[in-house]
Amino acid sequence: MSALGKVVRSGVARRRVPTIVTGLVVMVAVTSAVLGASLSVASRGPFERAFQQHHGAHLAVRIDPAKATPAQLDATATAAGVAAVAGPFPLATVSAGSGQFRMPPMEVAGRGTPDSAVDELTLTRGRWATGPAEIVLAANGRFNGPLLATGTELTLDNVPGNPVVTVVGFARSITRTADAWAPPDQVTAWQTAQNQNQNQSQNQNQTASQPGYQMLYRLTTAGTQAQVEAANEAIAAALPAGSLTSATSWLAVRRDVVGDTVLLIPFLIAFGLLGIVMAVLIVGNVIAGAVASATRRIGILKALGFTPGQVVRAYVTQALIPAAAGAVLGLGTGYLSTLPVITKTNDLYGTTDRGTAPWIGVLVVAGILAVVALTAWAASARAGRLRTVDALAVGRTPHAGRGRWASRLTSRIPLLSRPVSLGLAYPFTRPMRSAGMIAAIAFGAASVTFAVGLATSLSRIDEVEDIAAVQITAPMEGPRPSRITDPDKVVAAITAQSGTSGYLGTARTEVTTPGATGQLTAMGLTGPDASRYYRMVSGRWLRGPGEIVVATPFLTATGTKVGDQVTLTSEGRDIPVRIVGEAFNIDEDGMQILTDQATLGLTPEIYYITVKDGTDIGTYAAALSTALEPLGAVADTVDHSPPEMLVLIDALTALLTVLLVVVAGLGVLNTVVLETRDRVHDLGVHKALGMTPRQTIAMVIASVVLTGLAGGAAGVAVGVLVQRAVLAAMGRGTGFTLPASVVDAYGPGVVLLLAVGGLVIAVAGALLPAGWAARTRTVTALRTE
Amino acid sequence: MIELCDVTRRYDEGPPALDDICVSVAPGEAVAILGPSGSGKSTLLNLVAGLDHPTTGTVTVDGVRVDRLGEAASARYRRARIGLVFQFFNLLDDLTVSDNVMLPAQLAGTARADAERRAADLLARLGVSRHSDAYPGRLSGGERQRVAVARALMNNPALLLADEPTGALDTASGEEVRKLLTELHADGQTIILVTHDLTLATACATRTIRLLDGRITPSAAEGRAGARVTPSGAEGRAGARVTPSGAEGRNRATGDDAAGRDR
Ligand SMILES: Nc1ncnc2c1ncn2[C@@H]1O[C@H](COP(=O)(O)OP(=O)(O)O)[C@@H](O)[C@H]1O
Ligand SMILES: [Mg+2]
Repeated sequence: MSALGKVVRSGVARRRVPTIVTGLVVMVAVTSAVLGASLSVASRGPFERAFQQHHGAHLAVRIDPAKATPAQLDATATAAGVAAVAGPFPLATVSAGSGQFRMPPMEVAGRGTPDSAVDELTLTRGRWATGPAEIVLAANGRFNGPLLATGTELTLDNVPGNPVVTVVGFARSITRTADAWAPPDQVTAWQTAQNQNQNQSQNQNQTASQPGYQMLYRLTTAGTQAQVEAANEAIAAALPAGSLTSATSWLAVRRDVVGDTVLLIPFLIAFGLLGIVMAVLIVGNVIAGAVASATRRIGILKALGFTPGQVVRAYVTQALIPAAAGAVLGLGTGYLSTLPVITKTNDLYGTTDRGTAPWIGVLVVAGILAVVALTAWAASARAGRLRTVDALAVGRTPHAGRGRWASRLTSRIPLLSRPVSLGLAYPFTRPMRSAGMIAAIAFGAASVTFAVGLATSLSRIDEVEDIAAVQITAPMEGPRPSRITDPDKVVAAITAQSGTSGYLGTARTEVTTPGATGQLTAMGLTGPDASRYYRMVSGRWLRGPGEIVVATPFLTATGTKVGDQVTLTSEGRDIPVRIVGEAFNIDEDGMQILTDQATLGLTPEIYYITVKDGTDIGTYAAALSTALEPLGAVADTVDHSPPEMLVLIDALTALLTVLLVVVAGLGVLNTVVLETRDRVHDLGVHKALGMTPRQTIAMVIASVVLTGLAGGAAGVAVGVLVQRAVLAAMGRGTGFTLPASVVDAYGPGVVLLLAVGGLVIAVAGALLPAGWAARTRTVTALRTE
Repeated sequence: MIELCDVTRRYDEGPPALDDICVSVAPGEAVAILGPSGSGKSTLLNLVAGLDHPTTGTVTVDGVRVDRLGEAASARYRRARIGLVFQFFNLLDDLTVSDNVMLPAQLAGTARADAERRAADLLARLGVSRHSDAYPGRLSGGERQRVAVARALMNNPALLLADEPTGALDTASGEEVRKLLTELHADGQTIILVTHDLTLATACATRTIRLLDGRITPSAAEGRAGARVTPSGAEGRAGARVTPSGAEGRNRATGDDAAGRDR
């Protein structure tokens, strides 16, 4: 073996702690970097990719067949901006149920086959519906509960004759164009039957069972709402006036599917960066420390005739060996911990991904190894350039007596035992080393702080449905619930029910207002505790009719501000209203208008109820349902389970945080090991003078208390700043002003706890070396003179 | 007071550092241990101080079985009964002279004010009180050793152990320390002294024990017999002894932890 090889081998074998710590740190760093990168890719890409893979529909429109001929529909394929077209597919709205179990109304589209140039469907279970009385349900729809399996027979309540259909399969539409599919003839038959029935009883709601055709389009460009709307207008222009009754943009679907995870992206990017900076910092710290403490050895090597170049090569190799081993392991664990995300996104979005892109791993490993090599190179080049004599002298000459003021100071703090006061002064002897340790702890504390802030902020971005425990609806008519026939009696039932805390009645209608393009949704609200469902950003909550509360995007779009008077136009009627407040309301992209129901003369469609603490929601809902039965309304519990993707991301964020904290702890461990090595002789003297093992441990632990507290404080400050910056970016990106309750994620108690977290990291990292220091044999330590 | 019975201390390699020796020291005695480098003198002292344990045999001090003490108990034992003085002083560079002296008392839990008072007394008695706020690095070798003695006496130890206390000092400083130890002995301090320095041995020891290759040489118990251990003889032995066993030489050549060892 060459002399160089021998040096490298003995170096790796003898410097066990730095070698192991380097390996571990690199491993954890690679794991968290792969995880972080995969997380941001996973939370961003899957819908778009699946959309591409299955030729999702950029635009789904509903056509009134009475007003447009099939030839005219075909002609829309050449409309400006249209790339591909599918349809017409007949549409019917059916209310289905099985025994006691009733499902909300479904929109069934008639399709002969799942294949299509636009919105290709993927069968997830069973087979396609080919015969009459067969139906395929949407796999990603609302009815994919355990109650339903293939073979279930459903009775269609709102189709004359109450036909029975069999569920033969489940299919996924990436654009969610329908709730179910059946053969076209079948759908047309239901449509016709419903139509005849409706003509006989004119009192039914008009929109519900109007016959419709679905046309699905892929567009050449559909990145923005404006592009989609332009195409929509081109298509409408190609058809007879009024034949295009409604249109759904894929952007709305994407928002729905991706949901809150879009809000997560800035967080994840920041988190990933934090992890990478941290990995770089600690890896650099560990390597530089290991090389620096070998300065004397380097001097010996040079005295033996090694050139500076050989010294550098020896140390770079010595650092790269454990780093490469750690990187390979980290790649493995990183990819493994990413697998559940991949499985879940495949499941949720219909993507067919098999794993994290290899380039992520390559990039991460190459990056980290480059950092290792660079730091080792820089540190050993410095040591290699030292004059041999000086290098040999390192460690022999007592260091220049830095930080003695601190030792004088701590020795005078009353009530501290001497070992503790000795330990407290440690960090001041080597300020650079302590700064590195503070940075390590600070990054650990910052990532915890950030993760806590992320979770808190996101949990506070809640909507009405997240706050209410129970909701009351009337039977569905068409795509939305019908108005509740006797609101007073419903309210009476709600208030009479024991356990009720408050309620909110909502009704939806479309309005227009100058400055905002197209139809806006206005929510007519009623009830004593309406305000608790919305978080105010500025202004005040509604006090009566004639007032509205809107979100920031509305103000931006219409160029208005709180206090302004605006006019809403509803069904041809102009209603002057005043904007009294700005709320954080992400519904309808922030263009929703909140007002008292009396402003628009509406009556509630849905009541949302909050219950008193300790009320069993299931029992409450059942009891209320019984009370409401004569009024033709039902009470259901509101499902509060967060989106699966969010749960998964939360879990991975937690894992990432743990990993970063472990890295910080390892950084501390490494530094304390270097420190105790440097002080091994002093430790021997202390013990010779009667310091017990327990006192030694106390001294070493005390030596990290101040750095731990400083790192904790700095880390919390950094974490909070990053959280604020990310929230600001989020606000700018989405156009919302975030309410204080979302921004201020940290209470004083939490801040204190997080700052103490830095101390915990420091103490945890110091425990092992403290034990080693306590066990060092005094004689051996003293012999190192 | 001190009783070493059939004590052997064997390291992993080489012949035993101490080979089946028996020593007893009475209170008030000042015993000098003489012998060439590598003969086991420091090992013997370490056993008495509880810093090291014999491979076989017993070490009893004031009725305490020192060889059986655990780490914590032996630290407490040293605090209470032993004062240690080393060849290279072993003062802590980052602590002032008076903080160094106070340390054993403070480790034993004495309040700072009380420790300060006693340290001031000791430093005054040993003639180094004007340095009490200085750092050891500023002091001459003789002054440092007097500070080290003050530190060793801090807890009123029954037994003062000194390992070549003049070994690193020039003649004049050596003389100061010699006088100091003689005075201490005259005041009734029990002392075990390891030295090469025959003058020191004759000046303050009531008795000498000679070690050679870990055995007590059956020479006269009185210190006059020193003629046989000439300084040159000691050096020659050291060279012959250390190199084959190789512990030192090997570490120097390849030892990565040489940096630590050479503090
Ligand atoms: N920790 C140790 N490991 C191995 N050998 C040792 C150790 N300490 C001392 N020795 C050996 O024991 C012998 C006696 O050493 P020591 O008591 O220090 O001698 P002295 O103090 O008389 O010079 C020497 O050969 C020395 O090399
Ligand atoms: Mg010795």
